[in-house]
Amino acid sequence: MYKQGKYQIVSKKNLAKGIFDVEILCPEIAELAQPGQFAQVAAEGFFLRRPISICDIDKAKGTIRLVFEIRGKGTEKLADLCKGQLIDIIAPLGKGFKVLEGRKIVCVGGGIGVPPMVGIAKAYGENAVAISGFRNMAAVILQDDLQAAGGKAILCTDDGSAGRKGFVTDALTEQIAADKPDIIVACGPMVMLKNVAKIAEANGIECQVSLEQRMACGVGACLVCACRTVRDGKEIHSHVCKDGPVFDSKEVVFE
Amino acid sequence: MNRLNVNFCGVDFKNPIVPASGTYGYGREYECLYPLSTLGGISVKGTTLHRREGNPAPRVAETPSGMLNSVGLQNGGVDKFLSYELPNLVTKDTRIIANIAGSTIEECAELAAKLKGSAVDMIELNISCPNVKQGGAAFGTDCTIAGQVTKAVKDNSDKPVMVKLSPNVTSITDIAKSVEANGADAVSLINTLLGMRIDINTGRPVLRNNVGGLSGPAVFPVAVRMVWQVANAVNIPVCGMGGVSTWEDAIEIMMAGASLVQVGAAIFADPYAPVKIIDGMQKFCEDNGINNISEIVGTVKPW
Repeated sequence: MYKQGKYQIVSKKNLAKGIFDVEILCPEIAELAQPGQFAQVAAEGFFLRRPISICDIDKAKGTIRLVFEIRGKGTEKLADLCKGQLIDIIAPLGKGFKVLEGRKIVCVGGGIGVPPMVGIAKAYGENAVAISGFRNMAAVILQDDLQAAGGKAILCTDDGSAGRKGFVTDALTEQIAADKPDIIVACGPMVMLKNVAKIAEANGIECQVSLEQRMACGVGACLVCACRTVRDGKEIHSHVCKDGPVFDSKEVVFE
Repeated sequence: MNRLNVNFCGVDFKNPIVPASGTYGYGREYECLYPLSTLGGISVKGTTLHRREGNPAPRVAETPSGMLNSVGLQNGGVDKFLSYELPNLVTKDTRIIANIAGSTIEECAELAAKLKGSAVDMIELNISCPNVKQGGAAFGTDCTIAGQVTKAVKDNSDKPVMVKLSPNVTSITDIAKSVEANGADAVSLINTLLGMRIDINTGRPVLRNNVGGLSGPAVFPVAVRMVWQVANAVNIPVCGMGGVSTWEDAIEIMMAGASLVQVGAAIFADPYAPVKIIDGMQKFCEDNGINNISEIVGTVKPW
């Protein structure tokens, strides 16, 4: 179940260089949305919509937040939108993360993969540990949100200019040793997802990863957003928009 | 009063708007927005004899006013279509066009035979998919083979057979005449135009398949021209498609000679596009005193 419409932007923030946070008033979409799902966003003058993960959902306020990075001319156009203007979205789309009542989660985000961790960390509240990694201090986003989500937030940067120096996978290994979670979720570069999945498997922990692919329809009709997965021991092409974007890490072929 | 009902190859459509094959799946993904009964029909995802996984990703690239795709006919195979998709579709009160594609003439014939006696209203024989190595466009770019495939499908079918033509040919009218001579009940055109995009930072094509089919508003004028030429060259009805995005486009392609219209890539930009087109056409008829939309087919007055 999803909706398409033009909805009002109620706030817009510039979080870091080229990264924007747009809060949209869309009660019918907020009501349906689950952490890990995404929106297909129309950029004026461009033929295809841009898939952007839902960062946070506020059902009481009737809003969702989309945090995106300027990747090209289309997202540059989206970054021009201002508070009060309308944004054309199709949402919520795809399958989100599992929410296991009363269980412990570690959420791992890398770079522009961090935004969907806000929503899922919130859903687990104090049972969530959020580990986020960035290149350097200038790229760091959403730390207040991750801390406010209820649990612990661990910040890593590649160069140590903010938080601890090193990769999210190091922090993840330490966190597992200190307090083993029931589930790990991750979003970020493919190589990070592959390593998170390896760590989860070695520790016998369930793991879900959120994937990315170029899309057209966003709803599962056109089949362009193929990704390689394994079902019943056979490699097949699944589709990020409908079968995902969240997949069980054991299903994903990481190349 | 519904002014949009049309008869195409003996099949009654409540309106001439049909989502194009490959852009609408089997309708399941759009049902939460509006009932499928709003549509004249659905041309379902290209169906092959056996399940196909399609081409590796990326399979899509944006272009000015359009897109390239290289899906490569990923589908669950004809048996799954008959056992899983068709029983659902028949309950939706819309016409069902089965789009079929084979890698050999024999496969096309077998596909047609499998659909015999089924609830499918029409067959759309795809001889123009640019994204598969065997069959596909190889059939659609050769007059003799195009005719042979058409005949093989007709001989094995109890449905009206519409042949979907490729624009990637020297003379689309010659192909149209050949399939007509071999028994085609209608032709549909245009399939996508073969295109390519390159990422200048990596030097690599954007599509993993290197090349893919161009669709969207960018191809609309090509579609109008080809529909007009083909409609004037054959005596069988023409289903027009290629970049139709608005009701004005639908009227235009009908004036060029199309009696049925398929809407494809426009649905990705606006999933309500088919519904808006239907509403706009109905209003156009009312405003212009047109009792039935069929009256405008082929009415262009060329200079």
